Amino acid sequence: MISRIFTLVIKELQALLRDRQSRALLIMPVFLQLALFPFAATLEVKNNTLAVFNEDNGRESAELMQRFSRAQAFTKLLTLHSEAEVRHAIDNQQALIVIRFPQDFSRNVVAGRPAKIQAILDGRRSNSGQIALGYVQQIINTYNDERIDSRQENAASTLVVRYWFNPNLDYVWFILPSLVAIIITLTALIVTALSVAREREQGTFDQLLVSPLTPGMIMVGKTIPAMLVAMMQGTIILLGAVFVYRIPFEGSLLLLYGSMIFYILALAGFGLLISSICATQQQAFLGVFSFLVPAILLSGYASPIDNMPVWLQYLDWINPLRHFIVIVKGLFLKDIGLVALLPNLYPLLVIAVGTLGASNWMFRKRLG
Amino acid sequence: MSAPISFRRLRALCRKEVWQILRDPSSNLIAFVLPVVMLFIFGYGINLDSSAVNLGLVLEDKSPEARHFADNLYGSPYLNVIAGQTRAEMEQALTEGRVRGFVVVPVDFTEKLLRPNDTAPLLVVADGSEPNTASFVQNYVSGAWSGWMQQRAAERGETPPAGISIEPRFWFNPSAESRNYLIPGSITIIMTVIGALLTSLVVAREWERGTMEALLASPVTRTELLLSKLLPYYALGIISLFLCVGVAVFIMHVPFRGSLLALWGIGSLFLTSSLGVGLLMSTLLRNQFNAAQAALNVAFLPAMMLSGFLFEIRSMPAVVQAITYLMPARYFVTAMQTLFQAGNVWPILLSSGGYLALASIFFIGLTALKTRRRLE
Repeated sequence: MISRIFTLVIKELQALLRDRQSRALLIMPVFLQLALFPFAATLEVKNNTLAVFNEDNGRESAELMQRFSRAQAFTKLLTLHSEAEVRHAIDNQQALIVIRFPQDFSRNVVAGRPAKIQAILDGRRSNSGQIALGYVQQIINTYNDERIDSRQENAASTLVVRYWFNPNLDYVWFILPSLVAIIITLTALIVTALSVAREREQGTFDQLLVSPLTPGMIMVGKTIPAMLVAMMQGTIILLGAVFVYRIPFEGSLLLLYGSMIFYILALAGFGLLISSICATQQQAFLGVFSFLVPAILLSGYASPIDNMPVWLQYLDWINPLRHFIVIVKGLFLKDIGLVALLPNLYPLLVIAVGTLGASNWMFRKRLG
Repeated sequence: MSAPISFRRLRALCRKEVWQILRDPSSNLIAFVLPVVMLFIFGYGINLDSSAVNLGLVLEDKSPEARHFADNLYGSPYLNVIAGQTRAEMEQALTEGRVRGFVVVPVDFTEKLLRPNDTAPLLVVADGSEPNTASFVQNYVSGAWSGWMQQRAAERGETPPAGISIEPRFWFNPSAESRNYLIPGSITIIMTVIGALLTSLVVAREWERGTMEALLASPVTRTELLLSKLLPYYALGIISLFLCVGVAVFIMHVPFRGSLLALWGIGSLFLTSSLGVGLLMSTLLRNQFNAAQAALNVAFLPAMMLSGFLFEIRSMPAVVQAITYLMPARYFVTAMQTLFQAGNVWPILLSSGGYLALASIFFIGLTALKTRRRLE
């Protein structure tokens, strides 16, 4: 039995790695993504443009403008002279944020009266806008504090903020572990779903079914090559993360690869289930997509799972990527042990058993 | 080279393609059901506005002063405070992700607070493995903290010196809901899926099945062949674009302030460029499996990562920014966000439209070049 499966695995690997084009398509994109996406995927605000509409001619507003221009988030300072220019700058996305000093600003500050400045933000980018506003607020707070400090003794209390697991809130540390998981997802799903669909389209699947191989053995034969290729791609990203991007890998490699196997089994289950329903490669590919896109976007990678409505959080439980991203990030950054891993590991096992069982049943039904 | 188009032949080819689409229930599902389902999932699932964040609180000092501060945390609508007994307990919760941060009021807090020349520190620890949430945790806690400081000052009869305050105004989107710009962006992703992925397989399929050779042996011209692959899928795509916009506006209540004509124009240009990408992959690779993988890597992933749909393009390094200029999805995201929220801002719409037209010409032209009329 083992030798039969082994032959099948060899045949599948040959089909996958047959020609240069196919090999290139399995390797090249991984390197491209490794080089590009960690830099692209950031919710930080850097290199943005701040515009100032200063109706005030005092020293205080000039001082604040100086400070804004020194902030890292804004590399460009745009000076505006009228209301119309403000509208134009925001409408055409020339600036993310426009600061407007009213005429009496400096006079109010000097007199010790409350002084107001207006911040106009582009609602089309409200998340970045809020972050940029946070920076502006910080600059103003510091300025306020300095003015108060020169008159008063020190503050009664302070906040000491520490970021654990990622002290500088570096986005790359968040993205790369997730990327390991995403790359594995793409490959494992496509390879399992499309390889069965291809055989079906070409009519060779029925030949396989009438051979002495049982549906279970065929499934193993389809899963192992997907697992090998996906794990290789995952390893490339892992090595890149550790040696090129210098992200510390804190956890245990054994746990990582162990849970990776469970994860790929869960994916292979979905892939085989999709291919058991589809007759052509096109259908299988579209089926993979209908699963893949929501799976990636609802994995906690695009936005936190805590922000989703509760019903969707429950529904998302069957999304294996959601669990695996927590595992990879936990192992990478938090050095979690097996016990802390279990709440995210057992769902993978349940999903794998469920989907593999269902697709085995579907294949048997076709045979019977 | 380009012979005049015979409309009879073109019609016949299109009819064949349409039959192929209609016969296959999966393409109807993809064009009409899937976009709406996806839009719903995106609309509810992708949200950057943190709803109440789980925050741990350890009161090592249980004095009235410390409790007063804690009341401010409990009072914050953005925080869901979970009380703990020890730091170790909270550290564990943070590692497991049950809380996104915790605040410790140290044992000697009141003592230091009441000593005139001393500063009483409060420790805030946030989970850096979720950077966006971590910065929100910091903002919310510091909001609650400054509220407490002001109340305290007021109760002690100190008038806080008047400071400078900011009045923020989010144009187009006054309540700064990320949904309002993420949904127009999601429509771009859905259109990419429909445009590039559906067509990535159609030419490769003909090659794989050998029907391409039959077609090439017939009097069909290259233009007719390409148009017959483009037009039916264009129709499919444009219908589902309007379907998505309809769902976004009428069911999900995202305001749409632009003109429908501009939407149709920009949408058509984007669809053409994405169909072009799909056809090009299909023509180049001639193998459905490989074409599918390539479409995934050149259309879908870049649309998600490099289009500005989620991640701010200006924050990327210059080299990566330069690459985003090559992505059709980038222009469509900007145009869609503008059409939905700001309305007809012509400079943006026209420049995006221009780039998309160039991209369409480029991809379809390249496909035409690579569609060889001779057999090898």
